Parts: sequence; structure tokens; C-alpha cells
Amino acid sequence: MSVLIDENTRLLVQGFTGNEATFHSEQMIAYGTNVVGGAVPGKGGMKHLDRPVFNTVAEGVKETGANASVVFVPPPFAADAVMEAADAGVALVVCITEGIPTADMVKAWAYLKERQTRLVGPNCPGLLSPGKCKVGIMPTMPAIPGKVGVVSRSGTLTYEAMGQLSALGIGQSTCMGIGGDPIIGTNFVDAIKLFNDDPGTEAIVMIGEIGGNAEETAAAFIKENVKKPVVGFVAGQTAPPGRRMGHAGAIISGGSGKAADKMAAMEAAGITVCESPAEIGEKLKSRL
Amino acid sequence: MKIHEYQAKKILAAYDVPVPRGEVVFLAEDAKEAAGRVGGSVVVKAQIHAGGRGKGGGVKIAKDADEAAELARQILGMTLVTHQTGPEGKEVKRLLIEETLPIERELYLGIVLDRARSKNVFMASSAGGMEIEEVAKNTPELLLKEIIEPGIGLTPFQARKLAFGIGIPKESIRGAVQAMMALAKAYEATDASLAEINPFILTADGRVVALDAKMNIDDNAMFRHKDIAGLRDLDEEDQLEVEASKYDLNYIKLDGNVGCMVNGAGLAMATMDIIKYAGGNPANFLDVGGGANAEQIENAFQILTSDENVQAVLINIFGGILRCDTLATGVVAAARKLDLKIPIVVRMEGTNVEEGRRILADSGLKLTVGEDMKDAAEKVVRLAQ
Repeated sequence: MSVLIDENTRLLVQGFTGNEATFHSEQMIAYGTNVVGGAVPGKGGMKHLDRPVFNTVAEGVKETGANASVVFVPPPFAADAVMEAADAGVALVVCITEGIPTADMVKAWAYLKERQTRLVGPNCPGLLSPGKCKVGIMPTMPAIPGKVGVVSRSGTLTYEAMGQLSALGIGQSTCMGIGGDPIIGTNFVDAIKLFNDDPGTEAIVMIGEIGGNAEETAAAFIKENVKKPVVGFVAGQTAPPGRRMGHAGAIISGGSGKAADKMAAMEAAGITVCESPAEIGEKLKSRL
Repeated sequence: MKIHEYQAKKILAAYDVPVPRGEVVFLAEDAKEAAGRVGGSVVVKAQIHAGGRGKGGGVKIAKDADEAAELARQILGMTLVTHQTGPEGKEVKRLLIEETLPIERELYLGIVLDRARSKNVFMASSAGGMEIEEVAKNTPELLLKEIIEPGIGLTPFQARKLAFGIGIPKESIRGAVQAMMALAKAYEATDASLAEINPFILTADGRVVALDAKMNIDDNAMFRHKDIAGLRDLDEEDQLEVEASKYDLNYIKLDGNVGCMVNGAGLAMATMDIIKYAGGNPANFLDVGGGANAEQIENAFQILTSDENVQAVLINIFGGILRCDTLATGVVAAARKLDLKIPIVVRMEGTNVEEGRRILADSGLKLTVGEDMKDAAEKVVRLAQ
């Protein structure tokens, strides 16, 4: 089993004809994802990668029965694209775009809250259910199918965790990059809920980073609700306060958001916390 | 992006937040005239991107223009050390000269994103003029909050609740509410990520004034604020970081001696962590991004090695989209071209890793291969000693 995406995912690509979108759509198709078409304003009626292009997401959904979309639209227009997907009624929208203004996301978040659509991202690598489906830009090479759910705020660190698990012969149910921005659609608690309810997921790897208090909130949720083993890591233990470490969300401000506080909260919740990022695979193995 | 106090005040004034009359000067010889125009006793305030300027000796009161000129000579060019500048401090290159006001009470106003709610929150406190983090920690009941609803903005009733809540007398309520609404409008219109007025003062004659002002602007929104982009002060930033930003490299200088080159922000932070774990100290954060090519890698090397503290470099790449053979070719080319002498440890994992390792081994360069993150970190820390 897996969460959010699988063999039944019918994916529409927003910004389909762009360079990045084209490259990653080819990769997704090669992996077996059912890419049913794309949406690009003004390019409706054309074919791209042997699939139809529509002017609007609504039209694309109507014609193809798409139940998910992935956004490869440039930052100034990306929040609008997310709202368009929600308006068209897809169940899942995955936003890869990095660099969306926070004010735009405040509005998009409020818009989505009143609708059924789930957002993953923005500024994330997307989702991978090994052997079944990939939505986004994750490399598939480090992944093997299995029963560990991986959720992370960081892209390459997700791949690192996948690689460490696979090297030990431990497969993954779904790997989920939730994104490094201050405002994201699916947070740790949402992701962990999904993994907790998924009979195909037996253990969870949670990779956080400095900034905000999402890890603390997730730890509190896990303590109350999760019986499956959870292994965690927090990136940025050595980061200086007040500096933005690449991700817009990764900033320690006013004494909050520190790695040490997050690690302590996670440990107190029964999560096995790795001090070193090289221990993720081994620690998970010890909990199985 | 951070901006100076005087720049923030200019923006706030344009949205009708009351601010003191004042002028900015860059040269000590201009201070006397500026102080004369402001009139009477003035405050001379160092303009650097850090708080705690008063305690560090960067804010002084002059009784007249002559004394203002004298103070300007003292403060301009001094290296101001505050709890936010780090021990090396920051050189003062700009001064704000402002009128003095009869302060009755010091209050606090601020707007920031509440990440848990994904909405902005307006904060107000009767405990102004001190560190708001301390207020939040020690006397949280003194920090009042109102959530700003997207699309609606701060409403007058919310501003009234806050104004009465922090004890503003009824004859000054109208002015306080107007100032709060104006602050919220300025925050939204400029895509600010932080706006703080600390202290927000009540004067003896019942006026409210933003005595200090701090604003940060969302870097991601800069494309629609060309006017604000011009307020960037490169003197306030690390020169290597400015250089790196020209090449779209995400670089932050730190104090250690192990240079790092990594793809992805999370992995870059984790790499710093594992260097520390192995007993070393990272010299920087550097994210070369997902699509790094040979040219980017060369630029990254150039930035890394211009930091004289760097004794060894760790390259940690998890190649997914960025293939390991491409990376290895780039590393070899850059190392040859720049004639690098410092030890380099390369840890690669991912697509085409065997080919990548072969390219490194065949290059004839003195590159050390790390088997995994732990091995690579231990090797580079040893080499840096």
C-alpha cells in the first residue's frame, strides 16, 4: 500500500510545456505514472509528449478525468495555479515551484481550506510510491518498494534517507517531500496521519529542519496517536540564528525553531532521534 | 531582505504611520546642518541592520546641532557590537538624525507570519522598548494578538481591541487605531515578512509615534517591488555572500575551516551537522541547487576558496536529477582550472555513481573519495586539521 498516489493516479501537469516540466514529465512517464495531459494557458489543443494540452485545468479535468495535478509554473503565477487546480476539483495538487511570495501562499492556503483539495508543497520534490507512481522530481533510483513511510521538509535529504534504507534492504511505501516554505499545504501531522492510517506502512521516517514548530506539533501528535515506530532527524543543528538557510522556512528566530528543542520534543514523544544524518537507516532498522 | 530603520520609516510614513521628523546623513560634516533643520535637541542613531544599537553606544542624544555634529563624528565609522552583530560588529556608515519627543509610555506593535495558522498576526504590547521575545517568554499575558484574515486585512475593531488592551487612553485611541491600520496596510503592500515598531510611543501631548521601525521584505516577492529592491545595502552583507548570490548560489559564511559544497538546502544543513558531529567546524552553508553544471561548480569553488579559513573542502552530492558523472566532470575541470591546492573529499551517491567515481579516480588529482556521509565527514575533518 501507499498514500496519496498509486496506480490509480491520473495526473495533469500544470505548465506542461516548460523545460523543467517536460523533462520531469518524461521521467514520470518512464516510471509508469499515468500522465493524462497538461494545462498551459493559450496552448490548448496542442499535443505535448503525445498527450493533450488544455487551456485551463477545469477543461483538462473534464476531458481526462484527472484526479491529481503537479505544478511546474513560475513563482509569480504558481499560487494562482494551485487555486485553479482546487477550483477544478482535483483531489491532490503537488506544487514543485520554489520561491512563491509568502503573501500569495497566505491567500492560496485560505482558498484551499474551504475546498476538498489537498496541497503538497510548495517548494518540494513531490511524492514517490516506489514501483507504482511518481509525482514530482524525486530520483527513483534510491527507492525500493516496501513498508516505511518517509516524510521530509527537504528534498535531497529525503533521497539520502531513501538510499540508506534501500541499502539495508528496507523498502518504502511512499516518500513525501512536504516542502521547505513557511506555508505548506500538507504538514508533518497531516503526513503522519496518512502513514499511521495506511495498513501498508509499518514504520515512519520523519526528517525535519530548523524553523517554525512543526516538528514539536508532530511530536505531540505522535505521542498521543501513533503506535508505529518513528525515527527522526532535524537538519540545522549547527545553523546560526537569524540566517535563512536556503529554505525560506529554515530560519531560527527569537529563540524558537532551534534544532535542539525539536529533537528534545521528538525524543520525549518516543521518536528515535538521530544525531547524525548518517544514522537514519540503521536506527530505523533497529526499530523494526 | 533587511532594510534600515530610516528606510522603513520612510515606507511607513508613506502609509500614514506617524514617525518622528528626521534626516539621514552619510557624512559627519552634513550632520550639523541636518540637525539644524530638524531643530532643537536631536537623537543621533546609527543605522545598521541589527538591534541593540542603543546599548552598544550607537544611539545618543544631542542638545543642539553642534553637539549632534560632534556625536556624528564619534559614531560614523565606529564598529558597533551588539548582541545581533556577532563579536566582529558592524561599521556604521549611515546616521539618522531625528527630533526628540516627550515620551509618556513605550509600547510595542508588530506583524509577523504565524506559521501554525498560515496567516499573519498583529501583535501589540504595553511592554515596549524591551526585547519582545523576553516579553513573550516571561509575561505572555502582556502580548496581545489579532489574526489578520487574508483578503480582509486588519479590521478597525481588531485595532480597537488591541489599542484599548495595551492601555492607550481614550483621547489617543483614534490615532493609535489609525497607526495600526496603516502599519497593517504597509506590511501587506510591501510584501513584508516582518514589521516591528518598538517602541511605539505615547507622547506627553497624547500623540502616538513610531520611535523605531524594523521591516524585512520577502525576498521571493522582490520581483514586484523594484523600488524596494533598490534599498538593499550591500555593505551590510558578507561580500562572499553577495558574490555567490550573483551566481544563484545559496552561500552563508560561517566560522569553521571545513568548506562544504552540497546540493539541496536540507542536505547542506545536514552536512554541516555531520562535520560538527565528526569533531570539525563547517566554514559555510552552500547549496549549489539541483541543476548544478560545470560552471556553477567552478563558481562555487571560487567562493569557497576565497574564504581564507577553509583548510579542506567536502563535496556532498546526492545525484538524482544532477547525475554523478556530470558532477565529477565539473569538479575535475574546476579543480584543474583553479589549480586548487587544498584537500578535497568527494562523497557522491545516486545516478551514474560508478562512472562519476571513475572520472575522479582517473583525473590524477588529489581527491579523496568518501564512501558515505559519515566516512566523508571524518576524512575531511582530519584533513582540515
